Amino acid sequence: MNKSLLANEVMPNAEGFFGKYGGRFVPPMLEPIMQEITEAYEKIKDDPVFKEELYYLQKHYTGRPSPVFHAKNLSDKLGGAQIYLKREDLNHTGAHKINHCLGEALLAKKMGKAKIIAESGAGQHGVALATAAALVGLECDIHMGEVDIYKEHPNVVRMRILGANVIPATHGLKTLKEAVDSAFEAYLTDPVNQLYAIGSVVGPHPFPMMVRDFQAVIGREAKEQFQEMTGKLPDNLVACVGGGSNAIGLFTAFLDDADVNIYGVEPAGTSFETGDHAATLKLGKPGMIHGFKCYLLQNEQGEPAPVNTVASGLDYPGVGPQHSYLKDIERVNYETINDKEAIDAFMKLARQEGIIPALESSHAVAYALKLAAKLPKDQTILVNLSGRGDKDIDYVVEKFGKEYGIEE
Amino acid sequence: MNRLQQLFRDKKDICSVYFTAGYPNIDDTLPVLKALEDAGTDLVELGMPFSDPLADGPTIQASSEQALENGMSIKRLFEQIKDMRQTISMPVVLMGYFNPVFKYGIENFIAKCKEVGVDGLILPDLPFDEYREKYLELFEEAGIANIFLITPQTSDERIKLIDANSNGFIYVVSSASVTGAKKEVEQGQINYFNRVNNIGLQSPRLIGFGISNRSTFKTACQHASGAIIGSAFVKLIGEHGAEGSKIEEFIKSIK
Repeated sequence: MNKSLLANEVMPNAEGFFGKYGGRFVPPMLEPIMQEITEAYEKIKDDPVFKEELYYLQKHYTGRPSPVFHAKNLSDKLGGAQIYLKREDLNHTGAHKINHCLGEALLAKKMGKAKIIAESGAGQHGVALATAAALVGLECDIHMGEVDIYKEHPNVVRMRILGANVIPATHGLKTLKEAVDSAFEAYLTDPVNQLYAIGSVVGPHPFPMMVRDFQAVIGREAKEQFQEMTGKLPDNLVACVGGGSNAIGLFTAFLDDADVNIYGVEPAGTSFETGDHAATLKLGKPGMIHGFKCYLLQNEQGEPAPVNTVASGLDYPGVGPQHSYLKDIERVNYETINDKEAIDAFMKLARQEGIIPALESSHAVAYALKLAAKLPKDQTILVNLSGRGDKDIDYVVEKFGKEYGIEE
Repeated sequence: MNRLQQLFRDKKDICSVYFTAGYPNIDDTLPVLKALEDAGTDLVELGMPFSDPLADGPTIQASSEQALENGMSIKRLFEQIKDMRQTISMPVVLMGYFNPVFKYGIENFIAKCKEVGVDGLILPDLPFDEYREKYLELFEEAGIANIFLITPQTSDERIKLIDANSNGFIYVVSSASVTGAKKEVEQGQINYFNRVNNIGLQSPRLIGFGISNRSTFKTACQHASGAIIGSAFVKLIGEHGAEGSKIEEFIKSIK
């Protein structure tokens, strides 16, 4: 494996490229808007006042640093490597998404925008953004696929209580890709008064960079915490990858540590047939979607392919450009976990450690279980537990409850 | 001299029409093209449908979805228009998003354009710098014009750069967003057209977005070589298909 030293490279370059991925493939109507956001972000990101404000909110509002927990029961039962969890599920709003939403909301406020808009898949990003908007004092519109609105009902209700408008995307498969289409369309109608706070490390430059920077706090904290607990760095990192925000958040601080093996986990859904999975890095080919270049699940005509997984937050035919790059240089191994394995990990973590993980994070847990079983006891695995599973309980019980002795 | 250069040399008040290929029925592409030529249209932008359009309004988006559902593809489009130069003499440019073209293979795509007699290409999400670095030579060797869009937010400096690298025409998008008080936007638009005209560009310009009838067409023609009608025409064929008399009536009502 080529573990080239990434600290020496500036990622992305000035045009937003990570190697050949990323960039800004947008119509000229969007180009100046993206440039405006880039300039505003570049200006405030090192501003001590902004950093202080964000740090204050992370500490006193989100509850950072989130703990690292040694999942002893799970590890002992497997008899292999020791599994540790970075508890992003314990953040205010229950997932890692709040990390970049607070940053984006503060940015919107500083840019003088009245409204912040976004798409959401599982509703985690939507809830986090609605929360940040309520706190900072911005209007908030969340675009969500009609299918996900049904599937992720508790999060939809939370967004509405927080004062956000939930706007259904009713075309195509009515999931995450369509929600992004719908949000972009709404954005173009009034870019002056709105800011599009994209929900992952995807989209045109500067979003993959900006969202990564806000999420990188996960890895910075985890590195320190893990060393304090064990006296060394973790041997392995595992995180789930849809767009890839929680994964890049954990990985960034470790990319230059050549001895740390890094695993990104994509959803294999029910099979590797088109339309049954969202394993973009495994089965995609380079292409453009939503204004950036990345690995893309697409058909022969270059249309984005339909995707499907139990985890709405991973349901995306594209993937972050930096992940696409990290795959090509072989710094990160991208693996897959199917629906069944994810559900099984969901139940195991709940029953052995008393932690109900989000279905997205369950993919990372499932891969960690597989990996741990193959490794000796003195090896360590740090998993990003990116979100809690409260939002998924009705769905899991309805679809899989019987197999686990849960009758309603 | 190619068809586009000839058109801009010989004519003013150029009436250009956009429509989505494969809409409303998959094989309507050529009949609509023919009806437009017979009705006296000067130039056609033929849309290649894509399911992930970042810049299209609801009418064109819906037509693209329908065309894709009909089974439309780039491959099919080239089959439909392979003999168009036997009956169509006006310039035809293709318009669409970059990924399907990228997937088709740009070299193959350009070669195919040349073979069937397509005169130019509009790919709104292909960044100008990306084009200049990687594809400009390819387009120029094949004699296919690459047509760029400019908006009220595009700087003079950028417009000059685009002008220097254009060999067809520049597509002047009349407004960047659709909201705002109407009167203000109209005055703002005219200021913008004047600004563009005062730069001293070598490339001819066509104005598009929001051109739907004789009045908006004539106003646009005062500030450019002509104008492009999109949604209003797509709506018409959505209702009447490739019916020649309706298309003729429509073009006559504009010109």
